[in-house]
Amino acid sequence: MSILGSLKWDDIFIVPFFKEPSLSTGIAAAAGGIVVLGALAVLVLLTVKGWWKPLWTHWITTLDHKKIGVIYIVLAAIMLIRGILEAVVMRAQQVAPAPGFLSVEHHAELFSTHGTIMIFFVAMPLLIGLINVVMPLQIGARDMEFPFMNAISLWLSVGGAALVMASLVVGHFETGGWTAYPPYTGIKLSPNEGVDYWIWSLMLTGIGTTLSGINFAVTIYKQRAPGMTLMKMPIFAWTTLCTAILMIYAMVPLAVASVMLALDRHAGFHFFTATQGGNMMNFANLFWLFGHPEVYILILPAFGVFSHVIPTFSGKKLYGYTSLVWATVAIAVLSFTVWVHHFFTMGQTAHLNAIFGIATMTIGVPTGVKVYNWMLTMWRGKLRFSTAMLFSAGFMFTFVIGGITGVMLANPVISFAAHNSLFLVAHFHNMLIPGLLFGMFAGINYWFPLAFGFRLDETWGRRSFWLWMVGFYLTFMPLYAIGLMGAPRRMAFFTDPAYLPWLLVSMVGALAVLGGLTSQVIQVWVSIKNRESLMVPAGDPWDGRGLEWSLGCPVPEHDFTTIPNITSREPWVEAKERGLRVMEPTEFVDIHLPKNTSMGFLVAMVATVGAFGLIFEMWWLGALCWIAMFVLVLIRSYDTDWEKTVTAEELRADYERHKHVVETTPKVSLDDEFTTKNRGLVFDMEKAV
Amino acid sequence: MSATTTNLGAHAPSDQGHDHGHAHGHDKSGTVIFGFWIFLMSDLIAFSLFIATYADAEWHGIASGPSPHQLFSLGLPTVETMALLISTFTFGICTLGMKYNATMRRTIGWLVVTLIFGAIFLGIELYEFHEFWIEGNTPQVSGFLSAYYALVGMHGLHVTSGIIWGLLLIVQMKTMGMTELVKTRLMRLGLFWHMLDIVWIALFTKIYLMGVLS
Ligand code: HEM
Ligand SMILES: [Cu+2]
Repeated sequence: MSILGSLKWDDIFIVPFFKEPSLSTGIAAAAGGIVVLGALAVLVLLTVKGWWKPLWTHWITTLDHKKIGVIYIVLAAIMLIRGILEAVVMRAQQVAPAPGFLSVEHHAELFSTHGTIMIFFVAMPLLIGLINVVMPLQIGARDMEFPFMNAISLWLSVGGAALVMASLVVGHFETGGWTAYPPYTGIKLSPNEGVDYWIWSLMLTGIGTTLSGINFAVTIYKQRAPGMTLMKMPIFAWTTLCTAILMIYAMVPLAVASVMLALDRHAGFHFFTATQGGNMMNFANLFWLFGHPEVYILILPAFGVFSHVIPTFSGKKLYGYTSLVWATVAIAVLSFTVWVHHFFTMGQTAHLNAIFGIATMTIGVPTGVKVYNWMLTMWRGKLRFSTAMLFSAGFMFTFVIGGITGVMLANPVISFAAHNSLFLVAHFHNMLIPGLLFGMFAGINYWFPLAFGFRLDETWGRRSFWLWMVGFYLTFMPLYAIGLMGAPRRMAFFTDPAYLPWLLVSMVGALAVLGGLTSQVIQVWVSIKNRESLMVPAGDPWDGRGLEWSLGCPVPEHDFTTIPNITSREPWVEAKERGLRVMEPTEFVDIHLPKNTSMGFLVAMVATVGAFGLIFEMWWLGALCWIAMFVLVLIRSYDTDWEKTVTAEELRADYERHKHVVETTPKVSLDDEFTTKNRGLVFDMEKAV
Repeated sequence: MSATTTNLGAHAPSDQGHDHGHAHGHDKSGTVIFGFWIFLMSDLIAFSLFIATYADAEWHGIASGPSPHQLFSLGLPTVETMALLISTFTFGICTLGMKYNATMRRTIGWLVVTLIFGAIFLGIELYEFHEFWIEGNTPQVSGFLSAYYALVGMHGLHVTSGIIWGLLLIVQMKTMGMTELVKTRLMRLGLFWHMLDIVWIALFTKIYLMGVLS
């Protein structure tokens, strides 16, 4: 075997196009070309602008939770662009006259990468990023409990995403969907490197996510500000805690399933070979033992976001805090008891199906509780429709529809008929787009000033909301219809003319979604350009309620000059009611923050190169990188000088500076919230004393 | 300004251990061990899934290969189990000693004894794998054998990494001294080692005892 393993000329992205020019290979070549040119453009930009050094010292080596969170979100944004573009190409493929312009394999690669990317490299980094930025600020912590491990998690996720990107340039991704069921993904039916791309990119990011889960859980247990009992904790921290516990337990089955698949493929094991005593339904079970809790990992943080955005923009306390907490915990526990609903058709007894069907429907109850909580929070509130609030309201309408179709599918009898149909595809997009993306968009619009010091442009934000909202309905409502008419999922083309009108509407919808995404890119661009006028240095630009809004924007590296004592659920509201506009520390003490280190980045990059080696059967490279990683960790274990000190004097100076800003910033009324008058410290003049 | 108002601004007493910056040192090692506990819990999930897979394959996965009853005997696995149990005991002495400020030589001594028993365990396991292997009972024969090698092999890999970790810790004790940091690392290795022991008891029961008796 050559030292390049299974790597061949044909694996380079443009070669197939020159051998067999067609629209399908052309699109593949173009996609690879975009990745290569995009990477080159970034390199050139960094060099021309002289940004290498700041990039390295301020971002790549950082252990600051806020910056790590921002990098996660940037990663998700890049991957979201790819995922949506792929979705649009798939929609176009299905409206083109059969058999369309893509080869069947190419189409299969598209839904596989689209699904994999959307779940693991858009949804996960979005929520992990948002948690990183916000959660410590909400509970009065200075960082995650394990900042170094946090960096490792981050860069492992980046490495996994880089591998999926690399599959556009070198070789192919798999064609078995995001679930990658054997025997189709076994070595006989999927001999190329595609499945290995799936296995190893998910392995990297899966390990990263498990470590993030541990980090979040320990941080919440150990780092809460004094006085903040669990039942005084903000809801977003609660949903983070439940998500973290799910991450700790649920990522493992995925890793186990993919290790088994890798052993089957490369070491001749027979976990999933039916003729040799293997059992491929074991893969399905393991996968969904991960997969179902995963959907709650995705959705719970969004529930947390809504539980802050809605009270803030309704000017009211959250309705039913305790019931929301228990609903969250109930959902987290129940999420482990329903995985069989993904394969009611496996062949188990009707009794088992009935049990899992009922368990599934049960989850609807705590979720319903939450929806009522949010509605009652808005009831008689003074509603202000910021971008964040629009996304939250849009979520509530749309998510309920998805929930209803979910309860329908929970009935095994209906599931038998709708299994693997476009009805299912419509259902899960109906959950994920409002329940995940809208939540994250709301959260980003809402908390953005904490990280960057300025607000996002509202005009473009609202445009993006309407395009997303309308786009969603146009894209997926037709899929419910043709799903019921019998259209299966994952089809490269349809020949039944009755589907065409519906597919055309869906195509238009996908373009509207693309418009929504474009508006968001413009929104960020416009906001950066106008950042001077959007600056909110005094903090609290929305009359916020949580501890995080007691800080100036952007939040300094050390977060809190002194950690406050907590006596209630909404300490900042109470403080404001008593006329306080800034925290008044009684005593400054030296604090320690983690020093920057490149080790997290290096370890993860070596792991990524090693994974690339394994994908192309360059076993030597895999082994070499394994050893290198080990050595790096060993070196790090000798480093005991990992902290820097911020002195009491520096903290005092920082506090004085912030206090000065607050005292010289005029108070702004709610009516001027979205104007350039908003320099922070918005509040309700009517309530003011 | 009422009494509660100042609460928001009041500084947390540093001895509460919540102020990450200030109350460092003592509280930190407890937190690290807590985090490691959680990690072990997720590792346990991995073991349980492999055990579940084995439990299925043991019945339905024989194909044309041997059954557990034909393959296993109790002799060597029992010796193997004793070796691991003893190593857990000696590790207990090692960490207990550390708690009562035993000399570094003592600590290292007991750690070495532990690792030796770990190595004996591993040696027997590899010997057994070898025996199966030369009879043609490789993982490629059946789903059952795949599951067997994967499960026992994963446990063996854990023990191997535990041994390497222990050796490195000996080096660190010598070079860095018995610092708080090194002590926490030893504590974590201890937890890891004891967990492997508990897992092994499950494996021994499920694979060998129940396999031979079936
Ligand atoms: C809003 C724009 C989106 C559009 C137009 C879109 C479109 C599609 C299409 C056409 C498919 C293939 C359906 C089939 O099997 O025939 C698909 C599959 C899928 N999508 Fe989306 N999608 C969008 C957003 C998302 C989001 C936000 C997520 C998750 C966070 C997501 C997750 C998935 C998954 C998991 C699959 C299944 C892939 C598979 O079959 O293995 N999509 N999507
Ligand atoms: Cu599910």
